[in-house]
Amino acid sequence: MSDERERVLEQNELTAFNEAVLPHLDAAYNLARWLTRNDQDAEDIVQEASLRAFKYWKGFSGRDCRPWLLAIVRNTYYSWLRQRSVQPELTTDGEIDDPDESVPNPENALIQTVDRQMLKAALDDLPLEFREAIVLREMEGLSYKEIADIASVPIGTVMSRLARARKRLQIYLTNVAARNLL
Amino acid sequence: MTCRETKNLLNAYVDGELDSTGSLGVEKHIQGCASCLTEVENLHALASAIRNGALRFKAPQRLKRNVAAAVRAANPGARRTIFNWRWASAVAAAVLIVVVSIQWTKPSNETLLVNDIISSHVRSMMVNHITDVASSDSHTVKPWFGGKLDYSPPATDLTEKGFRLIGGRLDYLDNRPVAALVYQRNQHFINLFVWPSNNTGIRQEDQLTRQGYNLIHWTQSGMTYWLVSELNLTELSECARLLKE
Repeated sequence: MSDERERVLEQNELTAFNEAVLPHLDAAYNLARWLTRNDQDAEDIVQEASLRAFKYWKGFSGRDCRPWLLAIVRNTYYSWLRQRSVQPELTTDGEIDDPDESVPNPENALIQTVDRQMLKAALDDLPLEFREAIVLREMEGLSYKEIADIASVPIGTVMSRLARARKRLQIYLTNVAARNLL
Repeated sequence: MTCRETKNLLNAYVDGELDSTGSLGVEKHIQGCASCLTEVENLHALASAIRNGALRFKAPQRLKRNVAAAVRAANPGARRTIFNWRWASAVAAAVLIVVVSIQWTKPSNETLLVNDIISSHVRSMMVNHITDVASSDSHTVKPWFGGKLDYSPPATDLTEKGFRLIGGRLDYLDNRPVAALVYQRNQHFINLFVWPSNNTGIRQEDQLTRQGYNLIHWTQSGMTYWLVSELNLTELSECARLLKE
């Protein structure tokens, strides 16, 4: 009964996949939600990415499948963008203008008083690549190496993106806080 | 380490991505550089604000269910299982249909024949065409069949015994033209179908009741006899006994 054996193996495969991957669905959704900035699109992306993940599951031999799943989510999102003929917001990091360096560093106190809404608005305002790096680093706690693998960029680029993203966030939050004080 | 060199490493330092040499260099520098120290504090503050800001989206339960279901459906093993079940039930249904067909719509030769005999009997009375040749005289009825059949059916007159021969008719049964002899007992009609015996596997003698009609069947002298009537079985048996004499 090789058919039956195969079926059992495939059933085991499904169980293994569910046990390894489904616990990371929150992470997958979080990334998709920050990338799409939209509930429904995020759900569609995660659904599609999960199916892709299951398809590639047999070829996956890594130990930690969370970065692997997040990479699939990211790729699914980018192909989804292409399908919708939407150009990604940016193509190369060089095209992103950094804030004026002359802007003074914000006060520590201002950062600590920002509320969730302000922070969310600041993150949503980030260019796609920066937002992606921040989410993977600050919310998913991934290493530079893992982020570099997911985004298919050198580690140096990850470091640079994070630095520039944080600078933007600080300035955005300082400006909002300053406006609120007026 | 210069201030400029240090600033380039501050993010990696805060993120714990520097090796021990790099980390020591940054720590040494920020002890004597207020600007870099402030930046490190700002980076820590921002990181903790994001981490503690409840900014992480949780997947809706609906999505978790949908994903689990979609993956299950995409599992080739699961699909094959479902397919096998469908296939198995289709086969089971087909077998059942065949069995039912054999039992009900494709009955045995005998059942088919019995149904035909009853139909012929009923039809013979419904269309008011019970006889082609109306005669109580066996010498009239018997020759009438000559030339219409390749055999000569007995046409016994039993009028004196209470079963009046009223005529004969040509019918079609068991894939052949057969002789139908019609008797009357009081207000009841009796059809006697006669044709040369063949090997239909039908039992030598039989009595049965179908759809309210009684049938008696026997073979004698190389001929098959089927007697059918709504007459009760006792009187019909009497008729059969007289015909066999």
